[in-house]
Order: sequence, then structure tokens, then C-alpha cells
Amino acid sequence: MVAASNKKSARAASDKAPSNSGIQDLPGLYREMLLIRRFEERAGQMYGMGLIGGFCHLYIGQEAVVVGMKAATQEGDQMITAYRDHGHMLAMGLDPKGVMAELTGREGGLSRGKGGSMHMFSVEKNFFGGHGIVGAQVPLGTGLAFANAYRGNGAVSIAYFGDGASNQGQVYESFNMAELWRLPVIYVIENNHYAMGTSVERSSAMPDLHRRGESFAIPGRKVDGMDVLSVREAALDALEHCRSGKGPIILEMMTYRYRGHSMSDPAKYRTQEEVQKVRAEQDPIDRARARLLAENLIDEAGLKEIDREVRAIVAEAAEFAQTSPEPDAAELYTDILR
Amino acid sequence: MPIQLLMPALSPTMEEGKLVKWLVGEGAKIKAGDIIAEIETDKAVMEYESVDDGVMGRLLFPDGAEGIKINTPIALILQEGETAAAMDGLASAAATPAPAPAKPPAMSKPAAAMPAASKPAASMSKAAGPEVPAGTKFVSMTVREALRDAMAEEMRRDGNVFLMGEEVGQYEGAYKVSQGLLAEFGPKRVVDTPITEHGFAGIGVGAALAGLRPIVEFMTFNFAMQAIDHIINSAAKTLYMSGGQLGAPIVFRGPNGAAARVAAQHSQCYAAWYAHIPGLIVVAPYDAASAKGLLKAAIRNPNPVVFLENEKLYGRSFDVPALDDFVLPLGKAHIARPGRDATIVSFSIGVGKSLEAAEALAAEGIDAEVIDLRTLRPLDMETVLASVRRTNRCVSVEEGWPQSGIGAEIAAGIMEQAFDDLDAPVIRVCGKDVPMPYAANLERLALPQVEDIIAAVKSVCYR
Repeated sequence: MVAASNKKSARAASDKAPSNSGIQDLPGLYREMLLIRRFEERAGQMYGMGLIGGFCHLYIGQEAVVVGMKAATQEGDQMITAYRDHGHMLAMGLDPKGVMAELTGREGGLSRGKGGSMHMFSVEKNFFGGHGIVGAQVPLGTGLAFANAYRGNGAVSIAYFGDGASNQGQVYESFNMAELWRLPVIYVIENNHYAMGTSVERSSAMPDLHRRGESFAIPGRKVDGMDVLSVREAALDALEHCRSGKGPIILEMMTYRYRGHSMSDPAKYRTQEEVQKVRAEQDPIDRARARLLAENLIDEAGLKEIDREVRAIVAEAAEFAQTSPEPDAAELYTDILR
Repeated sequence: MPIQLLMPALSPTMEEGKLVKWLVGEGAKIKAGDIIAEIETDKAVMEYESVDDGVMGRLLFPDGAEGIKINTPIALILQEGETAAAMDGLASAAATPAPAPAKPPAMSKPAAAMPAASKPAASMSKAAGPEVPAGTKFVSMTVREALRDAMAEEMRRDGNVFLMGEEVGQYEGAYKVSQGLLAEFGPKRVVDTPITEHGFAGIGVGAALAGLRPIVEFMTFNFAMQAIDHIINSAAKTLYMSGGQLGAPIVFRGPNGAAARVAAQHSQCYAAWYAHIPGLIVVAPYDAASAKGLLKAAIRNPNPVVFLENEKLYGRSFDVPALDDFVLPLGKAHIARPGRDATIVSFSIGVGKSLEAAEALAAEGIDAEVIDLRTLRPLDMETVLASVRRTNRCVSVEEGWPQSGIGAEIAAGIMEQAFDDLDAPVIRVCGKDVPMPYAANLERLALPQVEDIIAAVKSVCYR
């Protein structure tokens, strides 16, 4: 357990200094991260009120990862992830009302109430889910890349998975074929340090997850996943790598989730001090706000205006999610076969 | 005494072989380990090594001779000091199983499969149905060729269709089903995968979600258990979970059911497993015509289809309608043999056994109807019920285990919907409730046999 104690001090940190590239886009990225944060806080609150059922996995703390990745993509690039997916859908531009109404299991939900928190998709926005089985999205995302290569359309697939999924066998089956066939896929490991309650140190013989592609000759890079511009810069490089025909690449995003694994997780496997330290020192939204002010990209009034807008969007989504009717009983038997 | 070289059994299901060519001539010196001939089995062309030293005395079959049963002498090797005279009696005795007339070599172009012997539709009953217009010519082809032709035709028709799996390309299929496809379509569309079922099934589903039309071949469905999460959780459920937005148009195909003498892990029927799952279409053809027509339909279908083939049927020949685009409807059973006295419901290889049983029963005055289900999900209970309402008796036949099997479903459906039409309880003829044994006698006992079907039909007829 020596490794474990060494790693503790490096929680959510990374090797590189924060990026400065793309700083002109920071106001928009800040707004998107804030939307995810406020949306997830409201989802947590609604879960507590019994309006959302089942499993509900919040993305609070990890917002910079998906927002930074999305900022670097082009039209046609696809994303796929597991069940901690609300943030990904908001980042892909899906209507917050449709996302929230899916959480409440209503007709107005993105899957018309039949998927729930873990299963949402948008063909229009190139978001392919929303998958409930840990690791399954990795070969699926590799298959999206296979289709891109087959069609020669220049698009890149981004497959997100966590430190927990990185121990699933199918991840390595995917790595092998992706490199063998030079598929344009970015494997984004969102390392939030805990696979449910098991820390990376307790689950992984070799905890440097960005090196997990080495035996397949897939390059990997460790990224400060709490700094949205660093994520964006790494994503631009990775997308260029894929688009130039060099095959897959791994980005290990060092990040942190503030809430439990799901709403029902009391998170007794880590200390409150650990959580508070990350929140105080590395919060991606606080960091972005500080940069915005320091660089004079926005003033306090501007920040307040963003905050007001975001709160209004979330309030509208929450209202819609409670007033949209439950799906018609006839929906039980639709969408089984085409 | 000269050594007799026998036609070897080179695969579990091989019953006869083709002598592709001799690599040594009469009079040649041979050492143990020398490769002396190429033999084509039901799966591949194999090199045949001598295990003896000597001189090749006589070749008993010419190059290209087909249909040589295993253990038939194919050559005589003279041992040290022996002369040709030593072979006199042996040679004539050995030559008794006459070589079958050599057919043209295995086609390298899929299109070459079509023109063969043709006969009028009138003499053909098995595939005839509403899908086959009157006057259609038929050609004889193996199930293996029919499956290959179905894939080739659909790949020509739609550039989004591709085949992936282990040994589908350069090896031309572990069971020779994909012969010629790599040559015609190239490695982009005939994709050899590593041995990694979980991974490539998931990649196939991902490609299908993106709108391609993958055909994923499992070398056998036994290995698909590694991939079953993607078949069920990723492929079958996504349309529902996405509220109808996103579906997976994909075919998972390969041999299913009992093979020959390969024991428990390589010999079982998954029909009931997949037929249980909403969101899947499950097909299990019997003859070459339905293999072709149903596989074409499966590839065109926008849903995930599990297409269960049978290794023992691959080499069997049937008449197939010589139509440019022969597509059969999914979800529709076929009356393979009409009858009045009892209904036998089966699928895949069980249909052949049921037809045999029906012939034997006819000789005893029982006129059994045989229904080939063809599709197991959605299950065509209408055809089954209509038949049972006429015959009032039913026997189901499958290789799978009895509990929660296809027969159990058939019996329950009849009980629910045609209870008053029954004159006897439905009997299920199933595989025995045991893992598949290896020993030949036990394996035979474990599988439903023609005599079991005959006994069951007699029982429901109180005979």
C-alpha cells in the first residue's frame, strides 16, 4: 500500500501547467460547465424528493472533461459513454428539458421515459448513449470508429469510460482491434479515482491508466481533467492524431467526483477532508471563473448574468420534467422492433 | 503385405472426403511424414501425411474423386521387399466403393453456384410456398453454399453490408461458409478478427448503431456466450431504451446446436436462450432454400437478428429456387409436410429428423404434419395453432434442453389458446437434461432421435 499513500497526495492533479490555448473560448466553456453543475445539483435535489427513480449518477466535479472535449470536436464526431451521462448530453447540445424529463420518466424525455438516467441517445447530435454495463461502451465506441473508417468520413469517435471500466477485458479487446485497424477513436478515461467504492490503487496493478495502451502501441497522455482548457488542448491534439490516420489514442483525465457513485452511495470510502480539498483547490468551475476575472475576459456582472441564465434554464427543465405526463400505457409495447 | 492407406476422418463431422490430388505417383519412395495427398473435408483442404515408409504401389482413386467414405482404402504402399504382385487381391477388393463422378471444382466465384442441375418446381415441395412462383426452376446446393450466396448477394446489393469474424477472410470460413467472399469484396468488407468475441461483437453493434449493416460470424454460438452482453444489452435493447431513435441492424450468425463428438462446451442449442429476448429476431433454418431466403431477409432487416445455423446441415444439399432475389419472410413458419393425424413442430436439424419420422409413421398409417418454425422469435403460433386445431395432437422436437425450451413455449401456447382442441397432452422431444457427453453411445442417447419422435407421435395418437 505504499503506492496508495503516494498517490493520495496527487489526487486530481496532473503533470502539466494549466493550458492557455483557446482562452478566448473560456466564457462559453464556463457557461457550459456551470449548466451541467446546476443541472446535476437540481437532479440530486429532485432525486431526494422522489421525482427521479432508480440509479442516478451525478457528474458534479467532472464537468471540465466533457466540456473541454466537446469544445475541440467537429461536426460529425461522435460521443459515447456509460451511465454517468447527463453532462455528456448537455455538452452535446441536447435540450436540458428532454434530459431532465427522461430522469423523471416522462413522455417528454429524450427516450420518451423508457431509458431513464442511464440510457439516453441522440442520433441527431451524434450521441450514442448512455450505457448501463460498465465497459460495454468501449467496443461500441470502437465500432462507431470502425464505421467512420469504413465510410472514410473523417469523423472521430470519443469513447468515455472510468477508472473502474479500465479493468474490463473488453476494453483491451477493443484497444487491440482499434490499433490493428487504425481506427479513429479517442479513449477518454475519466479517472475520478473511485470505481464505486474501490480506489484505483486498490483495483489496478498498474494505476497509470494512460499507459494501459502500451502493449498495443497506443499512445496515452495524462491530462489535468479539472482544467477545461487543458482538456480542450489535449483533445485537439488527440483529434488531429486520429484524423491523420494514426489510429487510436488514450487520454487519462485526472478528475474527481464530489458526490457518491450514485445517489444511494454514502461514500464512506474517502474522507470529507479529501473531497473538500479538491473542491477548494481544483474545482473546474472556480478555476475557470478565476481565470476569466484575472484575464479580464468577463466582469462580476457578466458572471452574474451567466449564472442567472443557467438557473433559468435549469428551472425550466425541472418544471418541464414534473409537468410532462407519464408515457402512455401503449408505449409499453412500442420500439421493441422496427 | 502391402499397407492400405485409408480415407482419414479429418474433422468431427466428416463422413466422406474428396481426393483433391495425389502429391506422389505410383513407384515413388515414401517416408513417414511425407505429405502424399490433399484431401478435402467438409471444412477444408487438408494435407495427408504418410505414417509409413515404403513405395507407393497403387493409387486406388484418381485426382478429384469425390464422396469417398472414411476408412475406404485409397492407396496401397509396398513395404520393403514387396513387389506389385503382392497387391493383386487387395487392389480389386479395395476398389469396390466406386468413386463418385467428379463435379466441377469448388467455385471460386459465388455466382458459379447457380447453374447446376435444374428441375421444374412441380417436383419440389420443400421450399415451395407463396414466395416461389409457379414454373420456377430449382438448383441443388448445400446449405453452406446457400448461406454464402445469400451474403454475397446482399453485399453486392448494399455497400453497408460487411462480414466480420474469426477466419472469415483468408481462411474462407472455419466451416467454409464464406468461401470466395474475400476475393470478391476485399478485406474492408470481409474482416478477419482476432479471437475476441466480446470485443468484435461490441464493435459490430457499434458499427450497426452508426448505420452500417454488419454480419458478425461466430465460429460457433458456443463462443457467442463471451459476447452475449452485447447481443442482448447493447443490440436488442437499444431501440427501446432510446425511445425508438436508435436501432442496431446487425446479424449474428454461426453454427448452433449439437456438433459431432465435441462434448459439452462445443455442443448445445441456444435457440431458447435468444428466443427469450424481446428486441431480437431469432432464425433457425433447416434446408438450403430457407437458409438462403431467411439470411437475405435477416441482413435487410433493421433489427438485430440471431441466425442459428447447424454444422451438420452445412454439407447437405437441397433444392433452392433459381430466383435472382429469393427472400423469405421472417416470422413465418412453413409446413414442410402436410398431414392430418398429428402435428410435429420443429426447427433446424430437427425438421429433417421429423420428416424422417413422418415417413416412417406414414408406413404405419399415421399421417403426421411437420411444421418448420424457421423463425423462433417472433414465433408463428398462428400456423402451429391452425395445424393443431386440425390434427388435435402435437409433438415438439428440438435439440435443446427441456426446461424453459422452445417446446415448453409451444406447449404452453397451445394450452393457452387451443386447449379444447387437444385430444392428448403435447409431448416435448428434447435433448436430455444433461451436458453433452463425448462417448458416441451417450451422445446419441442425449440427442433426440427419429425413433423418439416416432414414439412420441404414436403416444399422442394413443397407438
